[in-house]
Amino acid sequence: MLALQPPPQAPIDAPQIEYSAILPVLILLGAACIGVLVEAFVSKASRWAAQVTLSLLAILGAGLAFVLYVTDSPERGLTTLYRTIAVDRPALFLWGTLLALGLGALLLIADRTVERGGAFVAQAGIRPGTVQDRAQMASGGMQTEVFPLTLFALSGMMIFCAANDLLTMFIALEVLSLPLYLMCGLARRRRLISQESAVKYFLLGAFASAFFLYGLALLYGYAGSVKLADIANAAAGSAASDTLLFGGFGLLVVGLMFKASVGPFHAWTPDVYQGSPTPITAFMAACTKVAAFGGILRVLTVGFESTSWEWRGVLWVVAVASMVIGAVLGLTQTDIKRMLAYSSIAHAGFLLVGALALRPEGLSGTLFYLLTYGFTTLAAFGAVSLVRDSNGEATHLSQWAGLAKRSPVLAWVFAFLLLAMAGIPLTSGFIGKFVVFSAGIQDGMAPLVVIALVASAVAAFFYLRVIVLMFFSDPAPDGPTVTVPGTFTTAAITLGVLVTLVLGLVPAFALDWAGTGTFAF
Amino acid sequence: MHGYFGAYGLVALLLVVGAVFVTVALTANRLLRPARPTPQKLLTYECGVDPVGGGWAQSYVRYYVFTFLYVVFAVDAVFLFPWATVFAAPGFGVATLVEMFVFLGFLAVGILYAWRKGVLSWA
Repeated sequence: MLALQPPPQAPIDAPQIEYSAILPVLILLGAACIGVLVEAFVSKASRWAAQVTLSLLAILGAGLAFVLYVTDSPERGLTTLYRTIAVDRPALFLWGTLLALGLGALLLIADRTVERGGAFVAQAGIRPGTVQDRAQMASGGMQTEVFPLTLFALSGMMIFCAANDLLTMFIALEVLSLPLYLMCGLARRRRLISQESAVKYFLLGAFASAFFLYGLALLYGYAGSVKLADIANAAAGSAASDTLLFGGFGLLVVGLMFKASVGPFHAWTPDVYQGSPTPITAFMAACTKVAAFGGILRVLTVGFESTSWEWRGVLWVVAVASMVIGAVLGLTQTDIKRMLAYSSIAHAGFLLVGALALRPEGLSGTLFYLLTYGFTTLAAFGAVSLVRDSNGEATHLSQWAGLAKRSPVLAWVFAFLLLAMAGIPLTSGFIGKFVVFSAGIQDGMAPLVVIALVASAVAAFFYLRVIVLMFFSDPAPDGPTVTVPGTFTTAAITLGVLVTLVLGLVPAFALDWAGTGTFAF
Repeated sequence: MHGYFGAYGLVALLLVVGAVFVTVALTANRLLRPARPTPQKLLTYECGVDPVGGGWAQSYVRYYVFTFLYVVFAVDAVFLFPWATVFAAPGFGVATLVEMFVFLGFLAVGILYAWRKGVLSWA
């Protein structure tokens, strides 16, 4: 008689899970799943209120769990879930930054006072330009799926910068990217360019994911493991072919640089930043940048530090390309959102200078720069969403002429944020650039730092041009008006401006926190 | 045909032989066969049935949803089968049972959403 007996199994050892360490991520993921159910079962009229309450509670709850854990987290950090997640000091710094930025972005997303019904389309399936499309533009509803999607993206970002092996990193990359692709296409106005940006981002993003995955496969072939620490060990003492190692590294880095909108891999950035609903642009520009650079820092430091001699020169070229492209092409832009997109490409180059200085100062400097840049850019996009005319946001630079005469408060706030991006002293941008560049010099990258200084001087020109335009030009007669924002947007912009100011005046505590520890693996 | 590059010489030779073989065979065929085309003969051959419509036919976008739901169930099954063979074996126990239902719960969230949004009805 044939008995279908399963073959005897060796007992598996269940993974050790430090629930308290990963609780913030679990809260966000759980709330996102509940958000999907809210979308399915709560009536349309009360959905917005339910989703906003749920999302805000989730981020605040995750923040509380985070604070409780940080106060007595181990100095050296820990790895959990079969060493796939590393909750160490840099990861915790990035988590804190992401949660705070995510809260700000969520406030911008939830705002319904600036545009009646919110910045999001009521029904995404309607074809742009049709009668139904004009009707939905005037209606008050919105696709409240945005809220669970935001939570999914945010938790993906948090996993991404704590991922200790490449496979986990890839899953996190998809969890953070797929919601963003969708949200880009949900703008209430200018549906066509919004959908265009979504398709563009999706196609190019899928392409970049393929690069990442192929690089992962080559590295697995090289090291026999997807864990960053194992790859580092293999690279330190292995007779295997270097072609696999550097081929894999190159492809992996292309995927990462794409997400961080660095240098020659930036082509999607201006179009997507321009077409997306402005709150989503703020979310992408602030949070995706933080997460992507968190991943880049970990991969470069943990996985490839021992071979840095071979690849560093190539990444120098990438950093220079990014700074030059951002600064020079930023000069020629006439649309404020595209200008900020090129500014973010230039900033990615500056950040890469810090990431290439493979030393503690470089790590803490880059983390601090991410914190400052995130809040500044969040507030800047928040301010952009307020300048409107009858066609929605007035993003053409000529429409911003003389804005200081119509609305001095907004003009001053925006000027302050632009000065922070340019790196003027007494703003957080100055301290950020200072720590990153001095880390670069300490690591013997003086030529790169000189190029970075020149690029930031060029970039300062286009920031100052907007300030001159706002303060010293005459307003156009049919110019845009500045909407008085409701509580949510005011809170988000205030948060960004305050952090920019405080980190410019007393940066010590954040710098100390950024420098308390290194990666665990 | 010796040495490192000699090995590639063999590959190049194979490419040349292949190209010559195809060219000679097709040319000989053309020279020997009678050519009497009719409209019927020039039609695209599609397993004996007359082809209908152009090559750029539109497909119905709603099929996409069914593909998507199929993937959800397929992923379900891919994990359920290996799990079913071991969950009662010694050393696995209650935790294994519970974990699978947690996993199914997450997938059920997606299916519930699809159902409430009217994806499962055709009309």
